[in-house]
Amino acid sequence: MSGCYINGIATITAQPTTDPNNFLEDVIAFDEVIFRATDPDYKAYIKPSAMRRMSKSVKMGVTTSKIALASSCIEMPDAIITGTGMGCKQDSEKFLEKILHNDEQFLTPTLFIQSTHNTVGGQIALGLGCKAYNVTYVQGAVSFETSIIDAHLMLSESPEKNILVGGIDEIAKNSTLLHTLDGHIKNKNINVLDLLDSNSKGTVCSEGATFVVLGSERKENSLAKIVDIETKNAATPDEIKKDIEKFIDRQGLSINDIDAIVLGNNGDIDFDHYYKNLQNSIFSEKEQLCYKHVIGEYHTASAVGFWIASKIFETNKVPSVLKVNNISAQNHKNILLYNQYRAKNHSIALLQRC
Amino acid sequence: MSKGIAITGMGIISSIGDTVEDNFHALRSTVHGISRIEFLETKHKDAIMVGEIKKTNKDLENTLGLPAINSFSRTAMIGAIAAKEALDNAKIDSIDKYRTGFVSGTSVGGMDMTERHYLKYHEIKENRRYIEAQHAGFTTESISNYLGIRGYVSTISTACSSAANAIMLGARMIKAGKIDRIVVGGTDALSKFTINGFGTLMILSDEECTPFDENRKGLNLGEAAAYLVLESDEIVTKENKEVLGRVSGWANANDAYHQTASSSDGEGAYLAMKKALEVANISSEDIDYINAHGTATPNNDLSEGVAMTRIFGEDTIPTFSSTKAFTGHTLAAAGSVEAVYSILSLREHLIFPNLNFQTRMKEFSLIPQTELISKEMKTILSNSFGFGGNCSTLIFTR
Repeated sequence: MSGCYINGIATITAQPTTDPNNFLEDVIAFDEVIFRATDPDYKAYIKPSAMRRMSKSVKMGVTTSKIALASSCIEMPDAIITGTGMGCKQDSEKFLEKILHNDEQFLTPTLFIQSTHNTVGGQIALGLGCKAYNVTYVQGAVSFETSIIDAHLMLSESPEKNILVGGIDEIAKNSTLLHTLDGHIKNKNINVLDLLDSNSKGTVCSEGATFVVLGSERKENSLAKIVDIETKNAATPDEIKKDIEKFIDRQGLSINDIDAIVLGNNGDIDFDHYYKNLQNSIFSEKEQLCYKHVIGEYHTASAVGFWIASKIFETNKVPSVLKVNNISAQNHKNILLYNQYRAKNHSIALLQRC
Repeated sequence: MSKGIAITGMGIISSIGDTVEDNFHALRSTVHGISRIEFLETKHKDAIMVGEIKKTNKDLENTLGLPAINSFSRTAMIGAIAAKEALDNAKIDSIDKYRTGFVSGTSVGGMDMTERHYLKYHEIKENRRYIEAQHAGFTTESISNYLGIRGYVSTISTACSSAANAIMLGARMIKAGKIDRIVVGGTDALSKFTINGFGTLMILSDEECTPFDENRKGLNLGEAAAYLVLESDEIVTKENKEVLGRVSGWANANDAYHQTASSSDGEGAYLAMKKALEVANISSEDIDYINAHGTATPNNDLSEGVAMTRIFGEDTIPTFSSTKAFTGHTLAAAGSVEAVYSILSLREHLIFPNLNFQTRMKEFSLIPQTELISKEMKTILSNSFGFGGNCSTLIFTR
């Protein structure tokens, strides 16, 4: 089978992650449970006339896709695959509220047009004039990973392709706030850097966009190889442990070959045991890295794990803010990613230095 | 010609029937499901015609045997009904015997519940179980959970081409050996959100829709769910499965023209049909019938018609029809609804008519099939296009 290489990557998160010289060295300490992305200078990437009509998702998505394409030296991708848990929730919410508050009257089409989940993918295609394959996945916390799975499959079918894959989610004021009512988001503000030890139910919520350019061949600018990726909708902690062992075995590797694990702990006392079960057993002797106390939780937050692994390979540095145990690996070769959200939408991925 | 991926089961619920055989009966008897709205609360009740499933949410809950306190949206319930029928039809009783996945297309997901409860979540605690329904993936999980599918589960949301893309993904995954069998399709219930959204675009008809007619006034929204079961040839051989048909060609292209409108040269649709023929390894002459997207909006039917003439030649176009005048435009489910109808056409050697057509469009000489006819068919092409420029084509063979 042909490979799957990350040849370009960019991410917008609550931290200033578009700055190429700051790999989470200086981090912002948030003290609210819902916090927004740190905006780059969008004007550097998008014309003001086009930007006026763009929602946050579209702005973040178009910008990160442009940076990722530029860093991979690809002008026109052969497919555009996007993942989003929430979709263009801001416009969707505004349209819904207008319907409900004005008794289905005085509505205009713009918000509706921009409310569909595939808006970002469609806008990127429009901007590039890209008529190729274009799909949007909306599967909670595996929205980005199912997009990668499609791209991985496509590279095995058509190794000549360069595929643009991204994950985007935005905060929508009221829809996001509703999750403080159903227990998804904590109902008291906290110091987010202490999220992992918060010892309470629910998590925090943020937003962001991550895009990668994937190709089947290793190039000079390749950052990492996505060896394999798998998702599972429902599983118990012990099933996940077995799945990870089988997954590693299937790559012809053993636990010994894994240098570090990147985990999606989000400080929810009801669900972090999925990670703890691994941290205290098969990965107890491994370097353990977490990131949601830095960039927050959202459906495509796990894409940032791919960015972190790629940056570690690129810089040979591990930001201290990510470390949750005292073990440090040297010269990382294999980094394993595992994420889940509320016991559902599990993903396992293996990234390799290339 | 490519052998294609085996279809071993199908299920559907739409405004013309609760099962595959009910749908077939309605299609064969030319009984459409377009009516005024009875169940959905909306100001536009008397202004538009829709394809509504004449069942209350309570009826659907009873059909599924759900507990009184559940978090199923209407979209999830009709989805579960159709997906269950598909699994039963494929005679699958043990999900875990093989690697089994589920891919569902939806545009609004649980919007029907969100719009009902949104303003009152703060006051009414017991409704908060529906908050998560604002995420489309939650609808899919409600269904996969009902079916007991715990492995690969995903949702595709590319507006009105969602289910076609779900079928395409399933076929590709089986072909690559990534999975052994997969339930693929889509579901969308009527909601105030979509009715008002399409309303602002001024493309809803106040009469029964008239696909490919010069005087077409727009579409009728519909609600439906439909799924296919795709299985690997290894399983088909091992379990001696009946094969209902095959998905032998597929393609997805983007029109890259406008967020909601289709280009005047139908470039995206043209590319999707062209590439699907290439994947199936057949030529345009091999297509016996086209189940067109044919929404009856001025823009779609013109753009699709132009694309069809570019692929097939204006004078040599195969028999074609849009079945949207039976069901309404069922949005994300349309691709799988029409996949089921295409398989029925192959099984019964019948072409289901394009209802309500009277006047040829002035831009070209295309005339859809307006009567039920019998025709020996081996290969059917089905189109689904959506907002965001998403164009998809599937090819089904006997």
